[in-house]
Amino acid sequence: MIPPRFEYHAPRTISEAVALLGQLGSEAKLLAGGHSLLPMMKLRFAQPEHLIDINRIPELRGIREEGTTVVIGAMTSENELINSPIVQAKVPVLAEAAQMIADPQVRNRGTIGGDIAHGDPGNDHPALSIAIEASFVLEGPKGRRTVPADGFFLGTYMTLLQEDEVMCEIHVPAFAQGTGWAYEKIKRKTGDWATAGCAVVMRKSGDTVTHVRIALTNVAPAALRVEAAEAALLNQPFNATTVQAAADAATAACDPAEDLRGDIEYKTAMAGEMVKRALTKAWALCS
Amino acid sequence: MAKKLINVSVNGKAEEKAVEPRTLLIHFLREELNLTGAHIGCETSHCGACTVDIDGQSVKSCTHLAVQCDGSEVLTVEGLANKGVLHAVQEGFYKEHGLQCGFCTPGMLMRAYRFLQENPNPSEEEIRHGMAGNLCRCTGYMNIVKAVQYAAKKLQEPVTA
Ligand SMILES: Cc1cc2nc3c(=O)[nH]c(=O)nc-3n(C[C@H](O)[C@H](O)[C@H](O)COP(=O)(O)OP(=O)(O)OC[C@H]3O[C@@H](n4cnc5c(N)ncnc54)[C@H](O)[C@@H]3O)c2cc1C
Ligand code: FES
Ligand code: FES
Repeated sequence: MIPPRFEYHAPRTISEAVALLGQLGSEAKLLAGGHSLLPMMKLRFAQPEHLIDINRIPELRGIREEGTTVVIGAMTSENELINSPIVQAKVPVLAEAAQMIADPQVRNRGTIGGDIAHGDPGNDHPALSIAIEASFVLEGPKGRRTVPADGFFLGTYMTLLQEDEVMCEIHVPAFAQGTGWAYEKIKRKTGDWATAGCAVVMRKSGDTVTHVRIALTNVAPAALRVEAAEAALLNQPFNATTVQAAADAATAACDPAEDLRGDIEYKTAMAGEMVKRALTKAWALCS
Repeated sequence: MAKKLINVSVNGKAEEKAVEPRTLLIHFLREELNLTGAHIGCETSHCGACTVDIDGQSVKSCTHLAVQCDGSEVLTVEGLANKGVLHAVQEGFYKEHGLQCGFCTPGMLMRAYRFLQENPNPSEEEIRHGMAGNLCRCTGYMNIVKAVQYAAKKLQEPVTA
């Protein structure tokens, strides 16, 4: 319960935050919603000597449209995602899936940027961001770079983010007319991390799948895009055989950790089941 | 580690205090201000017994630093009653027997207070989902649902003198 001592900084701009990260080095951590970082500090899993609070940086907030891209500030809270008319209309899977994350109080504080930057395989945004083909804008001392979600997650708590970088924005292509989508998450109770989860974004023409992204939550050291499962469906008719082939390809890619949520066999089987449910739901929403 | 001076309004009263950065808001409220209604039931941010209202939002004060509240408005259960008259959520929990040991109750009340502003006409399902960040060991939640329904109704009654 009692976190170790640290110095506190509250910069007002992104560049001040980046400068502080540069000065303080690996002893410093960015504090966003704090609902992953403070719990780890309270259990002394993390003991940073400096916390750089990025809650007072207006540039990191807000949701806007730039052409066909939805731009989401990294410090956007889960409840802001749920309530955003832009997200509801242009990336509906995010507004719906955010309701499955944690609980109302946590959703007031936890941010989409923090959920992604944390790199926890149990978090929901990593797989979601892969399925919606998001990219992340990172600012460091040398300026900004944009990296795709697919490839960002390297391992448990490991991402492409460098120690001196701040994630500023999440860019998401607005769903094309007729896009189907689903996030299926099996959990022990409301507010728990997934035993297994699957995010799907799909488009069709007639009875043929013309676009499909499939990503898995909490069944590997990091969120997983399963291209073999996508290949089982792309340019194929959508039917029980192709869906089963996609689920089989997904389960073959799973590498879950055994814990109180279940053993490897159970989590793998549930990943396959979530794939089938998500595909069925997404297909039904395609038009 | 240097302490930081913060100015925070708690239940409408301005407080200026020097706090250590690592001080959790729940400890600041309970130990500095002696507002001991908010409770601590876990160290993993699950139970919600520590829920208070910060700048119009329900927050678990065990997962927020006091130093982050500089310039904020905080409301705790002690600030719910108005001149001794119970707030509708307090009355609802009382009338519908929505508490037994009372340990979760301050957090439940603070959440219900904000939830009914977010959703004044909730269905039972919406109440259960809206209160999902608060655990109770005693009631089995049934009477808490009724208590929130009572409060929702009462809040919509025309105000009488
Ligand atoms: C009870 C409970 C249940 C939960 N259930 C779920 C769940 O079901 N699904 C889920 O996905 N999550 C869940 N969470 C996690 C929660 O949503 C976290 O808030 C989230 O994962 C982290 O976001 P944060 O904004 O709180 O980040 P913080 O905790 O502040 O930070 C997390 C990490 O990311 C880094 N970071 C944060 N923002 C940035 C940035 N902009 N740039 C660079 N680095 C950054 C921090 O330095 C830190 O290392 C739960 C949390 C709790 C307490
Ligand atoms: S004390 Fe349990 S959530 Fe705050
Ligand atoms: S009344 Fe005892 S925990 Fe809720």
